[in-house]
Amino acid sequence: MSSDVTQPQVDSIYKPLPKVTGWRLFLKTVIARAYPRLIGQQREKSWMFFDIFLPMLAVSAYVFVYRAIQAPEDYVGFAVMGGAMTAFWLNVLWSMSSQLYWEKEQGNLALYIIAPNQMMAILLGMALGGMLATALRAVAIIFLGTILFNVTFVVSSFLQLLVVFMLSMTALYGMGMMMASLFLLLSREAWHLSNLAQEPIYLVSGFYFPIKSFPFWIAAGASIIPLTLGLDAMRQLIFASGPALGFVSVKLEVSVLLVLCVVFLVGAKLLLDYMEKLAIREGRLTESRR
Amino acid sequence: MLNLHKSEFWRSFRVATWLGWQIESNWADPLLFVIYSIVKPLASASILVVMYGIITNSNFQNPLFPYIYLGNAFYIYVGAVMGGVSWAVIDDREHYKTLKYMYVAPIKIPVYLLGRGVARFLTGSISVFITILAGVVFLKVPIVLQQINWPLFFLSLLIGIVMLAMMGLLLGSITLLLVHHSFGIAEGVAGALYLFSGAIFPLEVLPAWLRPVGFAMPITYWLELLRRSLVGNVAQAFPTLAGFSNLDLFGILVVLSVAFGILAIYAFRWCDYRARERGLIDRVTNY
Repeated sequence: MSSDVTQPQVDSIYKPLPKVTGWRLFLKTVIARAYPRLIGQQREKSWMFFDIFLPMLAVSAYVFVYRAIQAPEDYVGFAVMGGAMTAFWLNVLWSMSSQLYWEKEQGNLALYIIAPNQMMAILLGMALGGMLATALRAVAIIFLGTILFNVTFVVSSFLQLLVVFMLSMTALYGMGMMMASLFLLLSREAWHLSNLAQEPIYLVSGFYFPIKSFPFWIAAGASIIPLTLGLDAMRQLIFASGPALGFVSVKLEVSVLLVLCVVFLVGAKLLLDYMEKLAIREGRLTESRR
Repeated sequence: MLNLHKSEFWRSFRVATWLGWQIESNWADPLLFVIYSIVKPLASASILVVMYGIITNSNFQNPLFPYIYLGNAFYIYVGAVMGGVSWAVIDDREHYKTLKYMYVAPIKIPVYLLGRGVARFLTGSISVFITILAGVVFLKVPIVLQQINWPLFFLSLLIGIVMLAMMGLLLGSITLLLVHHSFGIAEGVAGALYLFSGAIFPLEVLPAWLRPVGFAMPITYWLELLRRSLVGNVAQAFPTLAGFSNLDLFGILVVLSVAFGILAIYAFRWCDYRARERGLIDRVTNY
């Protein structure tokens, strides 16, 4: 360093960052963890192709099945909507539930625990970043599906639609945060469990057909997955035949979604605390079992 | 010399099969593994069954239903065999980081990759069997054991599996050169073929300009032969391939399978050479 630089100048350059605590730290952590999810998307745009192309293939296949059996045109819209929502479910499975397992495999999990921030903030950041990035894909799938298959929307209430969507996402990502804690203690099973939780959930949650088709108690049981009621309510609000094919009223679905939001977010906090302690005690945070 | 080659071929295949089975099955206890192998394909088939049931008021006697159901059931082999062979490249290179050791071992790499697909073929076979059994028992899919054309069934199945393995080798060859998206390529191709091969709907439902893609794919003829061998009356219900006799379809399947086989062998030679030349065999992309 040059001798004509004074100590105060050095101090001003190397001034330590102000200590951030409390809710500011929480917020900064959320933003910091959400940032790579959004920026990563921009840095590798070609991922968007696969993220949209693969669900579109499934959607197209189901649309052509509906066409082959001469289903009413609204069912084509149901399939397109369901296909778009699969993007959120896959994001929750692979980028929320399994995320802590991936972090453990790559050695980042111990760093998360060591850093002076809350794990809940990290999970929330992952959820927010993932949700925003996935929303872009979902919109693209709906847009393409609408163009390709001439889907007609008849939106009865934009406000209700927005409320249902936001509640569904909050509950869904809350569920993802809760599952992340459970998956933390899994090894390769995490990969297989995520893989297993795709088609069965598409089935019971009615991603490609109205959930009303199931007996009441099966549909009610499937409602533990927020997308079941969220998707049903959204279909009721945007398709002409939606209300007739809805499971229960939109109001009731909104109420249940509210309850699910609270249950999953509180559950996520409690489980995360418990699993973190357990993992530290058993020394499984840094293990890598291939 | 010939014996040595045979021995190397067989050893590569046998060891790869054993290794593939260990990797596929040893993450869980056998019961969980069986559940895993059954639930996924049954759920997938059930989506189609519910969709069909809602619209047709559960008219499962219509020939379209076995067409959809059997096409979907046998399509499990496409993802399993084709994906199993090509996935071995990613698994060994990126996950276990052992591909370079495989290359220096006294084995034939293409045969090794084909062997790695056998485990998925076995688990896929269980899934196909369970799916079809569920269809026959619960949904009255009209399969009568005495009326099945067994020679046609087994011959078509065998040629189809070899054809899928060679398509998997083709994808695996391309994967050797890919840095990005190697993870999505098998899934993408399987998804696209699901759409274009008339697996779950007759090809005439597709827009006319897309149908030629379906006609160029051996999987289209393979699935049709399997359907015809199991439930013969299905063929008359749809005009797409009704003009072809079983022998015609079989001939087309064999010719297209041989073509894809030759393509796969040459593609592997070229991609393998390029991968070695560019130092890609031991690359870990962390992508």
